[in-house]
Amino acid sequence: MTTTNLPAAATREALGPTLVRLQQNGADIVVVDADLGKSTSARTFRDAFPERFFTFGVAEQNMISAAGGLATLGHVVVASTFAVFAEHAFDQLRMSVAQPKLNVKVVASHGGVSTGEDGASAQSVEDYALFSSLVNFTVCVPADVVEAEAMVAAAVATPGPWYIRTGRPKIPVIYTDGPRFQIGKADMLRDGTDVTIVACGLLVERSLRAAEALQASGISARVLNMGTIRPLDVAALEAAAKDTGAIVVAEEHLTHSGLGAMCAQAIAATTQPVPMEFVGVQSRYGESATWDEVLEIMGLTVEGVEAAARKVVARKR
Amino acid sequence: MVAGTGTDLRAFTQRVRRHVVEMVYGAQSGHIGGSMSSTEILAVLYGRIMRHDPKRPDWAERDRFVMSKGHCTPVQYATLAESGYFPVEELSTFRKKGTRLQGHSVLGKPEGVENSAGALGMGLSFGLGIRLGMRLSNIDAHVYVLMGDGEQDEGQVWEAAMAASHHGVDRLVAIIDRNGIQNDDFTAATMRTEPLDEKYRAFGWEVRAGIDGHNLEAVEEALAWARDVRGKPALVIFDTVKGKGVSFMENNPNFHGAAPNAEQFARAMEELA
Repeated sequence: MTTTNLPAAATREALGPTLVRLQQNGADIVVVDADLGKSTSARTFRDAFPERFFTFGVAEQNMISAAGGLATLGHVVVASTFAVFAEHAFDQLRMSVAQPKLNVKVVASHGGVSTGEDGASAQSVEDYALFSSLVNFTVCVPADVVEAEAMVAAAVATPGPWYIRTGRPKIPVIYTDGPRFQIGKADMLRDGTDVTIVACGLLVERSLRAAEALQASGISARVLNMGTIRPLDVAALEAAAKDTGAIVVAEEHLTHSGLGAMCAQAIAATTQPVPMEFVGVQSRYGESATWDEVLEIMGLTVEGVEAAARKVVARKR
Repeated sequence: MVAGTGTDLRAFTQRVRRHVVEMVYGAQSGHIGGSMSSTEILAVLYGRIMRHDPKRPDWAERDRFVMSKGHCTPVQYATLAESGYFPVEELSTFRKKGTRLQGHSVLGKPEGVENSAGALGMGLSFGLGIRLGMRLSNIDAHVYVLMGDGEQDEGQVWEAAMAASHHGVDRLVAIIDRNGIQNDDFTAATMRTEPLDEKYRAFGWEVRAGIDGHNLEAVEEALAWARDVRGKPALVIFDTVKGKGVSFMENNPNFHGAAPNAEQFARAMEELA
C-alpha cells in the first residue's frame, strides 16, 4: 500500500450519508442528536427522514437514556454528538444502554486531539477508554472515511451497544479500493519481520508512512490497523509478537488507558511477551493550535512512530 | 386486558406490604420505606389502569411501567408476583445469591421489569424514549414512570421534562411518590424542590397534585385522568407516607434503606396481619 497522493476526507462525514443509505435500504434507524447535527453530519439523516430524527437539545444525559428506551421498541438507535460530550453521559450509558445491552450506537465525532483550535475541553483523550470499560460495548475507531462508512453499516446490522469515534480533520483515504473492515479483526496493511506497528484512527496512515521510512533504513515493519478496540484481536497481536518480536502501539488517545494499555495486557498474557513502545497522549490534556500542530505537540507524527519503532527494535537486541 | 380487574385492591396492598417487609427482613437489606409509600400506586396501576398481560410480558401493545426509583424493588417485585408475572415463592430469593431479584431494578429480571435503575433520575428519560419509539411504531400504549420526590434533585429529570413537552409527547404519565424523605433526611432539609407542580406546569405538563397516595379511589381517579390526557405529558404528584402501614416505620427516615431486626419484624407483621 502506497501513501502518496491519496484523496482526503473526514471520518465524521460518513455518518449521515451512510445512515440515509441504510434507511433507504430497509433499516429501522432512529437518530437522536444533541444540537451538533451539522458538525457530525447527522443532519443529513434528518433532512431525509425528519420523523426519525429527535433532537434533545444540549442535554446528552437525557438523550442517552431516551435512546435506551427507544431501542426497547426494536429500533436501531444512533446517538450522535461529539466524543467529549458523549463522556458527559457516562452513567446513562452504563445504566440505560450497556447493562441492559440495548441496541444503541453512539457515533461520536471530533474524537481525539485533532479537534485542534478548540483546545483541551474539546479534545477527547479518554473517550474510548471509557467506552471500553462498559461491558457489552463494541468499540471502533475508523482509519479513514471508507472504513467509517463500513463501521456504521456494521453497527446498524449488529445488535448491541456500539461506540464509533470519528474525527474532525480531513485525513488521507487509505481504503481507496473499498473497505476491508471486519468486526474484531485487525487488518494487516503491510507485512514485516522486525517490528509490528498497531494503530487506529489517523495514526494508521501515519504508521504506514513510518513503515516506509523504516524500510529505507533496513527495518521491516508490519502495520496492523486495529479498527476494533473492543473486542481486541488478540490472535493478531499474538502473531505479531511471534513473527516480529516487538510492538509499537500508536493512537490519538491517552496511552495509559487506551489501545496501548489494552494491547499490553493482551501481550502480557501470551507465552512470549515482547518489548512494546507506546505512541499517544502521555498523561496530559490538549491545547489550542491547528489540528496538525496539536498532533505534533503530542508526538503523534510519522517521526514519532518511526522513533518508537527504532527504540523497540533496539530493545529486543 | 387489564390483568387485575375485579381484584380486591385493599387485600392486594396488604399482601404486597407483607411481602415487602418479609423480603427486606429476609435479605437483611433493602428499601422498605419507599416501597410502602408506593404500594397503592403500583396496585392501582397493575390492577386498574395499565393494559398488560402477565402471561405475555413481551406483548408489543402493552403499557409499560418504568421504575425510576429503582431502589424500591420490593414493592415492584411483590406487585409483579401478586399480579401473576412469576411465583410469589420467588420473592424469598430477593437480594440473595443466584436470585433474579436484584436489589435494584434490572431490565428483564424477572419478566415485567422494563428498565434498569438504581442510579436515580434516568427513568423519565427512558420512558420518554419508549413513548417516542411507540409513536414511531404507531403503538397507542401508555408509559407510566414512577419517581421519588428526592429524585427530583437530579438535573436529568428536568432535561426529560423539557424534552417530553417539546416533542408533544402524550400517553407519557409521570408519577411522583412525594413521601418527603430521602436517603439522609427529609427532602425539604436536603434540597428544596417545591413547588413541584408549578415547575412541571412551567415545563409544559398537565399536572395534578395533592392527591392522597394511599386512598385507592383517589389514586385510581388521578391515574385515570392522567391516562386520558392528550397532546401533553401528564404528571400526578401523590402525597404519601414513607413506611406506610407500620406505625414505627411511618415518616421515619431510618427506614429508607435499613432492614428491621427480629423484634421489629414481628411487630410489623402483626400490624400488617
